[in-house]
Amino acid sequence: MATKTIFEKSISGRKGYTLPQCEIDNNISEIFPNGLLRKDPPRLPEVSELDAVRHYIEISDKNHFIEKGFYPLGSCTMKYNPKINDIVNVLTGFTDIHPMQPEDTIQGALQVMYELQNELAEISGMAAVSLQPVAGAHGEFTGVNIIYNYHKNKGQHRTKIIMPDSSHGTNPATSAVHGFEVVELKSNKEGKVDIQALKEVLDNDVAGFMLTNPNTLGVFETDVKEIADLIHSVDGLMYMDGANLNAMLGYIRPGDMGFDIVHFNMHKTFSTPHGGGGPGGGGIGVSEKLVEYLPVPIVKKKDDIYYLDYDARYSIGKVHSYFGNFLVMVRAYIYLKMLGDKGLKSVAENAVINSNYLMVKLLSEYPVPYKKNIMHEFVACGEKFKEYGVKTLDIAKRLLDYGFHAPTIYFPLIVHEALMIEPTETESKETLDNFAEVMLKIAQEAKENPELLKEAPQNTPVTRLDETNAIRNLDISRNLRRKK
Amino acid sequence: MPFISNTDEQRKQMLEEIGVASFEELLKGIPEDLIITKPLNLDKPLSEFEVTKKVNELAAKNTNTSEMVSFLGAGIYDHFIPAAVNYVIGRPEFYSAYTPYQAEVSQGTLQFIYEYQTLICELTGMYASNASMYDGATACAEALLLALRHNKNKKVLISSLVHPHYKQVIETYINPLEPEIVYIPHNNGRIDIEKFKQEMTADVSAVLIPSPNFLGVIENIEAIEPIIHENKKALFIVSTDPLSLMLFNPPGKYNVDVVVGEGQVLGSSQNLGGPLFGFFAVTQKLIRKMPGRIVGATVDTNGQKGYVLTLQAREQHIRRDKATSNICTNESLCTLAATVYMVLMGKQGLREVAEQSTIKAHYLYDKICKIDGFEAANSGPFFKEFAVKPPIAPAEIISKMKDKGYFAGVDISKYGYENQLLIAVTEKRTRQELDAFVDELEKLVK
Repeated sequence: MATKTIFEKSISGRKGYTLPQCEIDNNISEIFPNGLLRKDPPRLPEVSELDAVRHYIEISDKNHFIEKGFYPLGSCTMKYNPKINDIVNVLTGFTDIHPMQPEDTIQGALQVMYELQNELAEISGMAAVSLQPVAGAHGEFTGVNIIYNYHKNKGQHRTKIIMPDSSHGTNPATSAVHGFEVVELKSNKEGKVDIQALKEVLDNDVAGFMLTNPNTLGVFETDVKEIADLIHSVDGLMYMDGANLNAMLGYIRPGDMGFDIVHFNMHKTFSTPHGGGGPGGGGIGVSEKLVEYLPVPIVKKKDDIYYLDYDARYSIGKVHSYFGNFLVMVRAYIYLKMLGDKGLKSVAENAVINSNYLMVKLLSEYPVPYKKNIMHEFVACGEKFKEYGVKTLDIAKRLLDYGFHAPTIYFPLIVHEALMIEPTETESKETLDNFAEVMLKIAQEAKENPELLKEAPQNTPVTRLDETNAIRNLDISRNLRRKK
Repeated sequence: MPFISNTDEQRKQMLEEIGVASFEELLKGIPEDLIITKPLNLDKPLSEFEVTKKVNELAAKNTNTSEMVSFLGAGIYDHFIPAAVNYVIGRPEFYSAYTPYQAEVSQGTLQFIYEYQTLICELTGMYASNASMYDGATACAEALLLALRHNKNKKVLISSLVHPHYKQVIETYINPLEPEIVYIPHNNGRIDIEKFKQEMTADVSAVLIPSPNFLGVIENIEAIEPIIHENKKALFIVSTDPLSLMLFNPPGKYNVDVVVGEGQVLGSSQNLGGPLFGFFAVTQKLIRKMPGRIVGATVDTNGQKGYVLTLQAREQHIRRDKATSNICTNESLCTLAATVYMVLMGKQGLREVAEQSTIKAHYLYDKICKIDGFEAANSGPFFKEFAVKPPIAPAEIISKMKDKGYFAGVDISKYGYENQLLIAVTEKRTRQELDAFVDELEKLVK
């Protein structure tokens, strides 16, 4: 059933709030010149607290979420996030502190940031860490900005950034907003960077190379050190998209692979729930030669006092109004304190075992074109179902009927009808077995009763939604609709 | 191990089924010298009880604003948040969901974003809003990037009264496109209109004016707009405090092209400055140039109303290097807080918050300016924040007042506003607190 919008539930004169008395006798119209004051108040709804709460609970019920069920979205690392982390929401010592407070009144917060910087540096094998970026793409922005400034500072005008054709969309987008030309390398037969192709495009115009490792096929780039050597031979910088860091925690470090910059997806890897799209955290680690380029400030410590250090010789400046998403940092801090070295290693182990296990379970119906060195996720190909008129989209929608979230679909682009599946370490064998059973059942359905898939989903709050209609009859706010 | 379900026995079965003897065998092919053999140098793991204790201790080391009487602002404000806001954003149905890519099982998220977009349009008087940017600073930067792409001009005029941190973020963001950035000089708390006119040449791509500006002063948008739009290409970008739009004419009324700002005042805690969220609203003609996610209404196969992510051809996952922005993850949960906050406060409540903050700020301003030696720094109309010049160094006031239980404000000397203290007042401050604060200031400078 469609739920009315909150605007349609508004009843004139209804109130959902209380405020203290103002106690000061004054009137806005006496303070300001008349022309400045708004005459047509915004049409905000008028509802009671119960109306509001019930409305949002009603619509919340239409969401799939990790506590409800499996969420195998490839590249998104939808792991279960421990509830202890939610303590950050109720500790006023974290929520009710202002970024401009004197430093001696935020020593606890600075300690969290300081220790987290160091822990992430250790985990990634990088020389220093900035926690300021608030999302993966924001980390990429910061990293590519460092690449830009590194060359500029050396008096060089570099024009190109290289990346494989399997890269996340944020990689080319981030390069382009910096004015770089994007050079996409066709992947080789194993789904990895084609070294020969790389050599052909390598010249002194190359500013850097962006690589996800394991890559978006879930395949480990075994030639990563050779790639790094090649890029470094022209003084390019190696950027690692850290979206898939979960696969190698405690075992393999970006710094050791020759990367100069890596971003951490704090919300994926270090357990902040995704909030329906954010907030996240996108801190970055850099190698020794780039430490002075990091955004300011960095938290430092002297004589047991933590302080904000704004002193970085070539700093790119700032990428956020204050220090980044502090509450996300606290969650990562708690998570790392509970895991330690052994816990991190077990994350990687279980993520990789779960993914390989699920892949093997599905292979009979869902071939995986690139399956050598599969790590924490894999990309299956749904092309064979086309002969029954079934697309990957239909398989995804049918999964919703069975109570599972669908995998990431149609990405990476180099696998046709792609189904990108990442089970994560927190899921149990039973869940994977159930999911595999349903996937195999759907394969049978596709052959025997394809209409079931094409008409899916049916057991969801709404059936398949018309995306073309949404664009054709654009309705993105009630305001727009009214004025049309 | 914490948060792992499978047992050793299950892992063994799984490895067998995969056809390998051990986890290490799955890593075969990865150069051996890349695999760490010794443990990472990290603290030994803590139990849930131990970590709870530790985190509580760390939180207690901070002095929070509810233990003090706080006049801190400069972009982040201590407004009241009704309990129901945190109740709703604490529902796992919302906070443990991913980006709503599978619309049929994400209607909760999609509908609240649609409502959020509508609320932002109502406040700003604009046609369309996206689903959020990272914060006010990056929203400003992205608005400028939009303009630079839109009209291909290279000159950017920015009010010198923009938040100094925003200035840094903007420069980091747009410098790689090599624009000519000119900061419009200010005079008495507002931009200098005459000097601005001189800079408003045909090659201007965009003009960014914060109002209220960093000093809390409301700019004369009505007078500025025609000067900008004499140049047919230039875009007018206004950055604003959404609460101020309950009192003052919205930018939409004055043909502003892009309205952005920091949304923290709408139901988010101060959080040491993050998470925050930036709002981003545009005119009808700029909708397809907007960065970030947008939700639209549509119908399902049964003709039932529903919501989807729409106009995705602007976004990085579809357009890659041709996208309008590289943004992917945004600050969705903070916009849920904003939505619930605006809905609960409603038409009357939100106005009352804005009015009380303003009336109390003006009350305090009048009283402080009467203290011997204190001077107003500017004379323009201000919202809930103002700058004063105290007879002693602002740093000294802040430090001494802290010992008396006050966060007296922000010392903006370091940003070039010599010897000025920036004081913000929200509806949470009582008359008694304001009077006592003034008494203490008087004593301090006597």
